This record gives sequence, C-alpha cells and structure tokens, in this order.
Amino acid sequence: MDLKDLYRDVILDHNRHPRNFGRLSEENRVAEGHNPLCGDRLTVSLRLDGERIADIRFEGKGCAISTASASLMTEAVKGKPRAEVQTLFQQVHALLTGGAAADAALGKLAALSGVREFPARVKCASLCWHTLNAALERGAAATVSTE
Amino acid sequence: MSARPQPASAVRPYDVERVRRDFPILATRVNGHPLTYLDSAASSQRPRQVLRAIEDYETHSHANVHRGVHTLSQAATGAFEGARERARRFINAASVREVIFVRGTTEGINLVAQSYARPRYRTGDEILISALEHHANIVPWQLVCEQTRCTLKVAPINTRGELDYEAFRRLLSPRTRLVAVAHISNALGTILPVAELIRDAHAQGAVVLIDGAQAAPHTRVDVQALGADFYTFSAHKMYGPTGIGVLYAREALLESMPPWQGGGDMIRTVSFERTTYNELPYRFEAGTPNISGAIGLAAAMDYLESLSLEAVAAHEARLLELATAQVGALPDIELIGTAAHKAAVLSFTMRGVHAHDLGTILDAEGVAVRTGHHCAMPVMTFFNVPATARASFGCYNTEEDVARLVAALQRARGLFG
Repeated sequence: MDLKDLYRDVILDHNRHPRNFGRLSEENRVAEGHNPLCGDRLTVSLRLDGERIADIRFEGKGCAISTASASLMTEAVKGKPRAEVQTLFQQVHALLTGGAAADAALGKLAALSGVREFPARVKCASLCWHTLNAALERGAAATVSTE
Repeated sequence: MSARPQPASAVRPYDVERVRRDFPILATRVNGHPLTYLDSAASSQRPRQVLRAIEDYETHSHANVHRGVHTLSQAATGAFEGARERARRFINAASVREVIFVRGTTEGINLVAQSYARPRYRTGDEILISALEHHANIVPWQLVCEQTRCTLKVAPINTRGELDYEAFRRLLSPRTRLVAVAHISNALGTILPVAELIRDAHAQGAVVLIDGAQAAPHTRVDVQALGADFYTFSAHKMYGPTGIGVLYAREALLESMPPWQGGGDMIRTVSFERTTYNELPYRFEAGTPNISGAIGLAAAMDYLESLSLEAVAAHEARLLELATAQVGALPDIELIGTAAHKAAVLSFTMRGVHAHDLGTILDAEGVAVRTGHHCAMPVMTFFNVPATARASFGCYNTEEDVARLVAALQRARGLFG
C-alpha cells in the first residue's frame, strides 16, 4: 500500500486547483450527491445541448479524492455525447473497483487507479460520477446518496 | 516486595508496558508499522482477562439462564447474575433490581424514551438535551416528540465546546420533563458538570438521563452520589465486548414503567387472556440475554478496577496534555473542542487536508484514528467543519503513540504541501 499511488501529483493538483468549480448559470440539469458516511456533498450542474454535455461544473466540500475525481470528471466529459459518457462511467467504475486495468481511453482519469487499493475510499471517487449520472437520468434537482 | 521501603502514601507509577501486555491485539502490525491505536472512544480493545472470562464461560458453563434446573443452567444463571452484581458495585447502584442489561448505550436510551417518556408526555412538555450530544441521545427523543407532540429543546455550547450552563438553566422550566445529556462528549471530550445539571433539573421536577458511554472507562461513576435517574453505558468502550451494556434506573421509576419488549424471561405467567410480568430487573430483559457479554463486561470492570480508575484517568490526562501541546503546535492544525475539563479525546482538523485524507495517511503509518462526524453532526455544523480527525486515548496508550501520531500528521502535511 503506497500513499503516493493514491495521492498522485495529478490528484493533489486537482484537489488544490479544482477545474470547472462552481455553478453554471445557464444549467438545465443539476443533481446533488451526498456521502452520509463522511459528510461529503457535491453539486453537479450541466447544460445539455441535445445529447451532448455542452458545459459542466461542480461545487461542494469533500476530501482530496472526491474533489480531484470530480474535477477530472468535468474535464473528461465536457463536450462529450451522453452515450460516450455512459461508457466512460463504466470504465471508471471498473477501474476503481479493480475490474479493469487503466485503459488508454481514460486519459488523465487513469490517475484514480490507486484508489482500488483503498476500498474505504472508492465511494469518495465515485460520488461525482453517480451524481452526474443522476443529473443525466433524472434531470432537474435529483439527489443521489452513496449509502 | 519492594527492595526499598516506601512511605504508605507513595503511589506506584502507572506501568503502561505491563498493561499493554494484557492486550494481545496491540502486537498487530498495520501496513508494516506497529499498531498505534487511538480510537478507543469508538471502541476500546479487550484484555486477555476479558477474553479468558468469556472463553471460560463458553467452554465450561454455557446454558440458557433462568430456565433450567440442570447444572449448567444454574452455573450460567449464577455467572450472569454475578455479572449484574458486579455492575451494581461498579456504579454503586442501591440494588441489582436497578441494573438492566441492554445491548448498549443506544438501547438504554431508547428503552427510557419508549417506556418512560412516551407514555407520559404530551403537547407542552419539553425534553432538554445539549448541543454536543451523540445521535443516540438526539434521535430517540425526536421520535418521542413525534409520537407525543412534546418539544425538544437544545442547550447551546460555546466555541470551546463547553455547555453554556447559564443558557441551560434558562431553558429549564416546569415544562421540562426530562433532561438527557452526555457525561463526556464523544466528539470533543468535554466533561459536563452532570452533578450540577442533575441538581438543577431536579429542582424543576425533571428527571435526568445521563449518557455515560464515554465516561464509564475514564471516571468513577457513582449513580447515587450523582443523583442520576437513568445512567447508561456500553461495555465495548470500557474494554469489554460489543453488544452489551447497562441501563441503571431508579427502582421507583422502573416500577412505574410498562415493559418495553415482550417475550420470554420478562413474564411471570402467560395466558391468551392475561399476562403478568416478571419482577425487576427481568421485566425489561425480554428473550435470552447476551450472557457471555455480561460476563465479559464484569471481567472488564474487574480489570479496570485492578488498574485503578483514578490511575488510568491520570495516565490518560497526561497523554491528552502531551498530545494537545504537540498536535496543537503543528502548523495548520485547528483543535476542535478546547474545554477546560476534558477527557481522553483530541479532535482536530488540518487546513487543506480533509479528515478522510488524514485518516488514510495516518492508517498507512499504522495510526488508527476516527475521522468523520463522530455520530454528532450538529457538533460538526456548530464548528462549521464537515468532519474532524479524532485521536482518543485508553489505558494502554503511550507517549510513543503520541509521537507516532505527530510524525504521521507531519507526513500528511508534507504530502499535501
């Protein structure tokens, strides 16, 4: 178990300087994610243009893994069609739970592969993805809980 | 025999290394490091004496209690009732009729909420708690308020995490039917002036329940001296097993309370027309109890008293003082809960590092602390933090443990820059 494998430079950087942080003013989809176990909360807001995520932001308070994962996620899905985001979600889930090795298609998201060695932290990394999923599936004002 | 004669007043120094040898789990290595166990406030470890008492019982004496004439049933009943008498002495209850075995503190509070409070209270009645309670001393009263339409009042705390005593007194009134407060806060370590609170509550005609989960391992509890109406605690926070605890209740109150759960052991006679109930304390113990748990709890009480509760408390106070100074001196650390009177708990945050990241980094160094809201979300809200890291001390902790905690926190600071 190597801490540097969990807290890679990419993770620490995105934790310190989260990308796409805040709330979209012209959102048409929003969901709130909550991990009651640790108290992490985040809101994902996005503007869906047809089937494509035209813009996305997140805000909230969380640990480094949850903040960095959300930041990396917004970068990865911005501009992508829903179907592609769904595939990415499945790939990330497999990566976090140890079902698959890091795929080249994951790009920077592969930095999350260290999480699988820390089972207690998997939910921290997946919260943002479940929240994005809820926003896409259920539309406005959805709430998702990891418990 | 000591080689040198000592004056009778000399206090033998607390031999923590000898204590540690009683706890086999402390030899565990975690992630390549010796275990530094600083999570006793969540659950303490068990000494060999407790493990052996349970094994002896299970090996030689187990049968159901209060049911059979055969030899093992009598042995089990004797051991179980012996444990009740042990618990009575530990808290100085007047009678074993006032000592009810429960699953733990949570069940003790729920029993009082449902059997004592619920049938009595109505609109206009008030239950008064404090702002530093564990969820187990909040939610059962919220349930009663929903069921009876009585009102929950909350006495505030100050920024040091101490009860605002004047505000507490202002909230007390003839409408206050019950006061429920922690003896020691689990999230912050604050020791509450429970004897004074009980006196004030009684002056207004209210009964008082004390949540003693954190107090039982750290301070001598004398329910008669305190004047508590209800006092409840768990074995697993005082070196005993999980799934067992004690609810102390004054006999006169218990006599006035209807049974809480129905089943075997709590009845005298049963027919389809009419059932009569058993005497105290069995009326509140439906079903086969946690027999080995009670025996383990009694062994834990023997163990704690063999170390001397006062000596353990003094040892823990030294460690808390050391840890407060050393952790508090680290850069970017904020101590959460700085009450003048505290026991065995150091709660803190590190700027720029979430408590869960701290927990993972400390664990990689073999240091076990609790991270999160400590089942006290209102306390976290008050201090405007999502979570804290909490180091808590027990009879087996050492200055070396404090040093390892400090080193691991420095590692976290280095990693996060």
